[in-house]
Amino acid sequence: MAAFAYASPLEKGWYYLHRLICGAVLLYLVAPILVIIPLSFNSVPFFTYPMPGLSLRWYEEFFLSAGWQGALHNSLFIAVLVTLLSTALGTLAALGLSRPNFPWRAAVMSLLISPMIVPVVITAVAVYFFYADIGLLNSYTGLILAHTLGATPFVVIALTATLMGFDHSLTRAAAGLGAPPITVFFKIILPLILPGMVSGALFAFLASFDEVVVALFVASPEQRTLPMIMFSGLREQYSPTIIAAATVLILFSIVMLTTVELLRRRSERLRGIRR
Amino acid sequence: MATMAVQMDGGPDKIPLRLKLQRVERRRKLMSFTLVLPLLLFILIAFVWPIGRMMFNAIHDDTLLTLMPRTTSALSAWDGKDLPDESAYAALVEDLKQAWARKTTGVIAKRINYELPGAGSQVTSSARKASTLSAGPYRSTLIAINPIWGQHDVWIVLKRGHSAYTAYYLLRSFDYQFGSKGQIVASPPENAIFRDVFLRTFGISIAVTAATLLLGFPVAYLLATLPTRTSNLLMIMIVLPFWTSVLVRTAAWGVLLQEHGIVNELLITLHIISRPAELIFNRVGTVVAMTHIQLPFTLLPIYSVMKTISPSYLQAARSLGAGPFYAFWKIYFPQTLPGIAAGCLLTFILCLGYYITPALVGGAADQMVSYFVAHYTNEDLNWGMASALAAILLGATLLLYYAYNKLVGVDRLKMG
Repeated sequence: MAAFAYASPLEKGWYYLHRLICGAVLLYLVAPILVIIPLSFNSVPFFTYPMPGLSLRWYEEFFLSAGWQGALHNSLFIAVLVTLLSTALGTLAALGLSRPNFPWRAAVMSLLISPMIVPVVITAVAVYFFYADIGLLNSYTGLILAHTLGATPFVVIALTATLMGFDHSLTRAAAGLGAPPITVFFKIILPLILPGMVSGALFAFLASFDEVVVALFVASPEQRTLPMIMFSGLREQYSPTIIAAATVLILFSIVMLTTVELLRRRSERLRGIRR
Repeated sequence: MATMAVQMDGGPDKIPLRLKLQRVERRRKLMSFTLVLPLLLFILIAFVWPIGRMMFNAIHDDTLLTLMPRTTSALSAWDGKDLPDESAYAALVEDLKQAWARKTTGVIAKRINYELPGAGSQVTSSARKASTLSAGPYRSTLIAINPIWGQHDVWIVLKRGHSAYTAYYLLRSFDYQFGSKGQIVASPPENAIFRDVFLRTFGISIAVTAATLLLGFPVAYLLATLPTRTSNLLMIMIVLPFWTSVLVRTAAWGVLLQEHGIVNELLITLHIISRPAELIFNRVGTVVAMTHIQLPFTLLPIYSVMKTISPSYLQAARSLGAGPFYAFWKIYFPQTLPGIAAGCLLTFILCLGYYITPALVGGAADQMVSYFVAHYTNEDLNWGMASALAAILLGATLLLYYAYNKLVGVDRLKMG
């Protein structure tokens, strides 16, 4: 495309049209996020520009009211436990799956990923009936386990991708030099897969932190999470406090995304992949 | 390494090397399987089993069998032509008395009401009156209490209750039901809503998939042809929304598309429209928001395929005399097809299960199958219906997921 010297005018026209279309699509992608962040600082409870003045009153409401803070606390508590649980389960599974000659690898893998594919309402209703039978309904344990279901596929995917370029001769060398399996894991495998593990864990955290449908079915008001409050709020009336809460969630995503990106670069450097 | 170790001590204890190798191989397989086992068990117990049980509810309903045991067994001998004989009426009175005493009349009435709309309240009132009956003849008395017992169809429903398995819910999901003689007939128009719901779900999914492809393809091409530094920068604009909560993005679209929202204000300022357009709580809002959420899912697989296409093919085509558009269409585009298939299939699969977004920015006529599954679970408490709809949705999803695995491979599933 750079060689304009012999390009026809039609071709040049297409070139600029293509750029224009791409610009519009990228705007469509980021506009909603960029537009609502300033609105959360609006001094009046309306969602139009120009804004008459700036104020932190909606953040004040978000950070000082017991309802929102309780929900934020619940969300963080649940997401942290889900992250730990799903990272442990997912890492073990990914390690097993990435060993050569794993039996029925494709079938097992697609089963482990399926919670991501099955419509979330079906999971929610099925888990709801299941919990009603075994008495886990309206409990933190129940909600954490249900969120772990949805979060582990992210860990498995992130880690199998990291392990794809893993050189198994390293572990064999360590074993050959006399290291017991535990030492091999902590000294050789773990440092190499750590970036993948952390990005998987961050994905798992976000998956739980943003989840609303399963929570609506299996949680009671006691376990109410941030997305649950936002969902019920959005169904009735858009309030600026919800937009402030949304901005806080966006900030969370940005921090996570930056971390994941930095880790990905580090991991590629460690594994010697050049881009 | 293991091979060498085996070879060295393979001699003395007389076990053939082949067997030893097999044993080592087996132990390794077992070891890898043990690592996967915790997660596999967790998924099987907390995910596969509950879903399997829910699917079972789509064809299993023993309400009448357990709550009206005498009637259903008395009717098993009934030929279904005339009204049943006195013994069936006597059994019915016994069952109604028992139901009244145990306060299960409501459950029975609700179950019968599914198949015979309006009959539920008559069953309840009959049960109240039957609870005081002491002696027969029951047949004439019951018909006098409520003429419904002189009608043929309620008895057919009760007779079908003798089996714990019913096709009723699945038939209803396709807008069929049992007729007065037990034959399968089309549901009356006021009940025939589900075929529409499924068609709508497919329609919205196809529209969103097409929109994401149309918008995503040019951007993927730009990203794949730009220098890495620039494309990485633009990639942030795609991955950031990808990692923002669906709820937040749907809320953002709600703000943008409102009657006096930013989009309408902008369009009016630009004199494109003169008064606010209806952009939310209808199909427009649903498709716009869903496309926004699904766009990265379609775009990223196309992008990663385009990354691998060498520009020399296009250059060769051009130098051989192909025009720019002909070369693109004949040489470049066919090579992107695997990416297009992967992205579109994934987006279509995920679209089928949308719930939150249509619920928040769609109108009543834009609700998809998931909404009805939730509705029948929470509001109507008709779990058979919820399960049957879920079973069909799940069947379609798994079929497409299988195709995705065959076509693309689950390993290729990436998240930005």
